[in-house]
Amino acid sequence: MAEHELVAPEETRRDFLYVATGAVAAVGAAHAAWPFIDQMNPAADVLALSSIEVDLSPIEPGQQITVKWRAKPVFIRHRTEADIAEARAAPLDDLKDPEADEERAPRPEWLIMVGVCTHLGCIPLADQGEFGGWFCPCHGSHYDTSGRIRKGPAPENLTVPDYVFVDDTTVAIG
Amino acid sequence: MEGFLNNGLVRWFDSRLPVFSYVNEHLVVYPAPRNLNYAWNFGSLAGLALMIQIATGIVLAMHYTPHVDTAFDSVEHIMRDVNYGWYFRYMHANGASFFFIVVYLHVFRGLYYGSYKAPREVLWWIGLAILLAMMGTAFMGYVLPWGQMSFWAATVITKLFGAIPWVGESVVNWLWGGEGIDNPTLNRFYALHFLLPFAIVGLVVLHLWALHHKKSNNPLGIDYKGPQDFIPFHPYYTIKDAFGAGVFLIVFSIFLFYAPNYMGHPDNYIPADPLKTPPHIVPEWYFLPFYAILRAVPGKLDGVIVMGLSIGILFLLPWLDTSRVRSATFRPVFRWFYWILVLDIVVLGFCGANPPEGAWIDIGRAATAYYFVHFLILLPLIGWFERPLPLPDSIAKPVLSGGPAPAAAIARDKARGERR
Repeated sequence: MAEHELVAPEETRRDFLYVATGAVAAVGAAHAAWPFIDQMNPAADVLALSSIEVDLSPIEPGQQITVKWRAKPVFIRHRTEADIAEARAAPLDDLKDPEADEERAPRPEWLIMVGVCTHLGCIPLADQGEFGGWFCPCHGSHYDTSGRIRKGPAPENLTVPDYVFVDDTTVAIG
Repeated sequence: MEGFLNNGLVRWFDSRLPVFSYVNEHLVVYPAPRNLNYAWNFGSLAGLALMIQIATGIVLAMHYTPHVDTAFDSVEHIMRDVNYGWYFRYMHANGASFFFIVVYLHVFRGLYYGSYKAPREVLWWIGLAILLAMMGTAFMGYVLPWGQMSFWAATVITKLFGAIPWVGESVVNWLWGGEGIDNPTLNRFYALHFLLPFAIVGLVVLHLWALHHKKSNNPLGIDYKGPQDFIPFHPYYTIKDAFGAGVFLIVFSIFLFYAPNYMGHPDNYIPADPLKTPPHIVPEWYFLPFYAILRAVPGKLDGVIVMGLSIGILFLLPWLDTSRVRSATFRPVFRWFYWILVLDIVVLGFCGANPPEGAWIDIGRAATAYYFVHFLILLPLIGWFERPLPLPDSIAKPVLSGGPAPAAAIARDKARGERR
């Protein structure tokens, strides 16, 4: 230790320069790396397409359309009285991801949700499965007439996006 | 590094795949001549420029679409919409120019210090192959934005192959993938522009292999006599190369951030129009001397041949230069003609930049003629008639027994030895 202190003045200075150089290089590398990461984030033109308006007038009760929103399918279902009654009759205790149908569809005849299975991202098929709603062919998740997960590996209900009714036949999603 | 290499885990890995000892051998303890000056920085800078081009190029490839209908718009999309897209595109475009700047300086370093002479002829050839691959890559990359200059550069350059007798037209149609430049051409240029840089990386590996096999040339141009002529690459040249890289990046940044279009051509911001040629088309600056040689020669085929020979004769340079002395430091006559050649190439550049009218035609012809006279007539003659200055006995000797500065170095070395 004492011997080390004898040569210390020059050693310390060199060590300091060495560490300082490394620190500047590290900060510089981090700054240089950030644009390479950020360029893969959604570009301005992609972000600009974040909301769409959909005309609902051609959709008859019992029909469903699929629209593309933020690169994903959105199901817009014009539900029948029977669909609604079935969805509202289901006891919340039976649900894996308890959520009342009234919350999911404030206008009961219109069920609007992202058509991406919450398991691993496949698109569920309409009017199939054990609960009269949707069935995901990839790994067998069953959704009811409110798009809630009832059986199978999916952890959550089909996501309801933010939307508002601009008027009675037009909905703005996003 | 020694401590690191003695670590048990490192030793375990290294005995199975010797990457660490390889790095140690080639970048740490690698013996480099002790007298390398700043002219030897341009090799590492060229490597840095190549890495910048590949890194930014892969980013651009993520956002660019190689289709005649969308290519131009996708470049504008990169400029306006993609996060930092302007930064990557300007870095790639200016990076190409800076790549050529450092490579040309690297070549002129080799010409001055005779780095092409035995035993480094193959090293020199591989360097020329890299230069040719760079030219092809730069040309095809320039076509991708699909502006007016892109389109007409593609037209003119591919038409050069039309000068080949008998099969010229078929070759050109083969290059185009059609009767004219269109989507197939753009698609294949994109694929090749992506591929060629990796071919360059492969050539660089060969270049370094040949270099490390015969070791670097040095400003004295004399062979090494023993270990006293060398210093370890790290830290002496790692730090010197890092300093050079810092200077390079500062100059590069000035262009990148303050004059990103200085070396470009405004006409390339006009979308490609196959029905209208811009009134004055010129290649990027790094092709101007070759363009001047092409235009200096009357006759389509002759011009193409002479332009090809302007690089082709460089492959024979190790034998055209008949002097055994490498470094121009000890060649009083060659040194003059070296600088005249540099001036001649600069003049050719100006000829290439100006329209082929009036005096520019004659100047271009004279400069082209001189270029070939230099290599084919002057160089062999100088080698025979020149009386070179006496060469030092070894690399170490002038360093260790010279004026005040080397004396200080001896004192420092001594002090360092005592401390050990």
